[in-house]
Amino acid sequence: MQQRSVVRVGASLIVASLALTACGSRSNDEGGGSGTTTKTAKIGVIAPLSGDLSALGLGIQHSVELAVKQANDSNAIPGWKLEVDAKDDEAKPDVGKNAATSLSSDKDVIGVVGTLNSSVALQVQPVLAPKNIVQVSPANTNPSLTAGAAWQTDPKRAYPTYFRTCTTDAIQGPVAARYLFEKAKITKVATIHDKKAYGQGLVGTFAAEFKKLGGQVVAAETINPDDSNYQAVISAVKPSAPQAVYYGGEYPNAGPLSQQMKAAGLKVPLMGGDGIYDPKYIALGGKTSEGDLATSVGAPVEALPSAQKFVTDYNAAGFKDPYAAYGGYSFDAANAIIAALKVSLKDAKDVESARKATVDELSKVKFDGVTGAVAFDQYGDTTSKVLTVYKVASGKWATVETATFTG
Amino acid sequence: MDQFLQQLVNGLTLGSLYALIAVGYTVVYGIVQLINFAHGEVFMIGAFGALSTYLLFFDGQTGVWILPIMIIGAMIAAVGTAVLMERVAYRPLRNAPRLAPLITAIGISVFLQELVRVFYDRIPFADFPSAKQRIPFPQLDVVSGTAVQIGDVTVQRSAIFTIGALVVCAILLWYFINRTRLGRGMLAVSQDPDTARLMGINVDRIIVVAFALGAVLAAIAGVSQGLQNNNIDFKMGFIAGLKAFTAAVLGGIGNIQGAVVGGLVLGLVESMATQYVPGQFGGGTWKDVWAFVILILVLVFRPQGLLGARVVDRA
Repeated sequence: MQQRSVVRVGASLIVASLALTACGSRSNDEGGGSGTTTKTAKIGVIAPLSGDLSALGLGIQHSVELAVKQANDSNAIPGWKLEVDAKDDEAKPDVGKNAATSLSSDKDVIGVVGTLNSSVALQVQPVLAPKNIVQVSPANTNPSLTAGAAWQTDPKRAYPTYFRTCTTDAIQGPVAARYLFEKAKITKVATIHDKKAYGQGLVGTFAAEFKKLGGQVVAAETINPDDSNYQAVISAVKPSAPQAVYYGGEYPNAGPLSQQMKAAGLKVPLMGGDGIYDPKYIALGGKTSEGDLATSVGAPVEALPSAQKFVTDYNAAGFKDPYAAYGGYSFDAANAIIAALKVSLKDAKDVESARKATVDELSKVKFDGVTGAVAFDQYGDTTSKVLTVYKVASGKWATVETATFTG
Repeated sequence: MDQFLQQLVNGLTLGSLYALIAVGYTVVYGIVQLINFAHGEVFMIGAFGALSTYLLFFDGQTGVWILPIMIIGAMIAAVGTAVLMERVAYRPLRNAPRLAPLITAIGISVFLQELVRVFYDRIPFADFPSAKQRIPFPQLDVVSGTAVQIGDVTVQRSAIFTIGALVVCAILLWYFINRTRLGRGMLAVSQDPDTARLMGINVDRIIVVAFALGAVLAAIAGVSQGLQNNNIDFKMGFIAGLKAFTAAVLGGIGNIQGAVVGGLVLGLVESMATQYVPGQFGGGTWKDVWAFVILILVLVFRPQGLLGARVVDRA
């Protein structure tokens, strides 16, 4: 009896594990034999490809794939073929660090697009920098990544290999504060953040600007990113009667937070940064997310004439997932690297010797990308300071205003 | 005062959810002295069962009459998982050293999580969303929507459902265990399985019933959490399971009343800590720390738990 059941258990486990492995074999993009004369350079992607934030991460991956495919098709770098090597960071710093280590030990990797999360970037930067691999982030908005920890008082370039195509929280927070105070005439807000580098930084810059304008921050609370029930925090905020809640964090928490806030009778708009600007936010927030606000970097991709081609190409390429909030920025980031490679790889004999030149070339890159003019300042930040305020209207993010930040 | 009452309601709601899951840990422990760490996953699969039922048959509708059918769907999924788990993984290890079933339980927990994560959107003949991200849970009339105001205290409709579900389940559970043949069989097996077997009780069947009973309550908890939080995901069972296990230990493991009391206490500590612990160590992020501090204190001064564990002396 005993033996028979052991056999049964074993059999069922084997069947189960077979089923799992059969399923686990994901489609890997193989280089394929393309002649002996073309050399291969790889552009890595580090982004959350699974988990809560995968909607954003997969958009980044596919946009980079699109840029690389177009470069290969037009033979942008004669004698070289580009490949994409996408690694999952699960939105976790330690996993991201491993991904970066594995990319940096590959002698064919010339540049990396990523990460999505500022907290992951903090771990990835020091791994890629000593190998002179350029990193261009389409989505990191924490100011300290480029200008160092003391970015407010004593800005210093943190890593010469790090660049980004999106604007930072140093601009995003204040723009939100100005919109709420000046346009929406709101004087009392509560802030909530998730204690991650991104959320905390965003709330910090927002609160500073809001107080400077003469507004009042009536409550400041925090949540755990792992939580999905926020009743206790909402009840703690509610008696201070804020006219709006500013949330620093991403949509997997912000959507349910908005829904629970309104169900608990705190019927004020929730405002957040680019981390909540995703259709998933509205799906999770439900009907009551109507009127919630978000700022996001750059002008809306759909509205830019320069982006029409990207949107058409992306849809034509038949990717399974939408380009999401950072598609345009990832496409530009990949193209910035490719533009630098056109110079640095031209006469190079292998990838490793061309890495240093790529870093130098990237800081000089200037072209009109999908999201506007792409160029980097002395810290590696984008020179574009355009932000857009969005509002949820009839179940969709609608543009309220696009503003260029000054001062 | 209003604020206190408000957090009391929040705490009781959260606590009811923990209590519903904790009963599953405690019933199984009481009968086979096994900590079924995969019970959190039974809860998760219950929630997915309810969601699947909704998506398959009622997609887009909001009538409250769907709720009982969703709960039945949740129960079928959860009970099926729990019974299969017992049959395939625990029964062969019944006489193995204690550590073996414990490690198996953790393995099953990871297995079930990954199964849902990877396979949920690949189930043939159904068009389910990918479980790799949080999935919005259907919001039905009556049990969700505008909150009820009692004075200055806001009570969410889903909270009323959760607390109500705990009350009803507790009464039915009490009746089942003390007044039915099967229930008294469970009591007998928990006191002494060998003698119970000699008295003609089918011990294997009683153990299956214990697993199924826990799964039924976990399924109801899964539906309540979906209604409350408006979303479910593949890893919702991990934290909830851990908290419910804590609640079971807090109340005294093996003791059903203890599990209910432990769940409610844990929920209350969490919501009160969010409100009343000031400064650096207060707020939402520290609530789990305070919850576990209470657990440690209780275990130091009262190792058998608040209501006392049912520890069967086995020679």
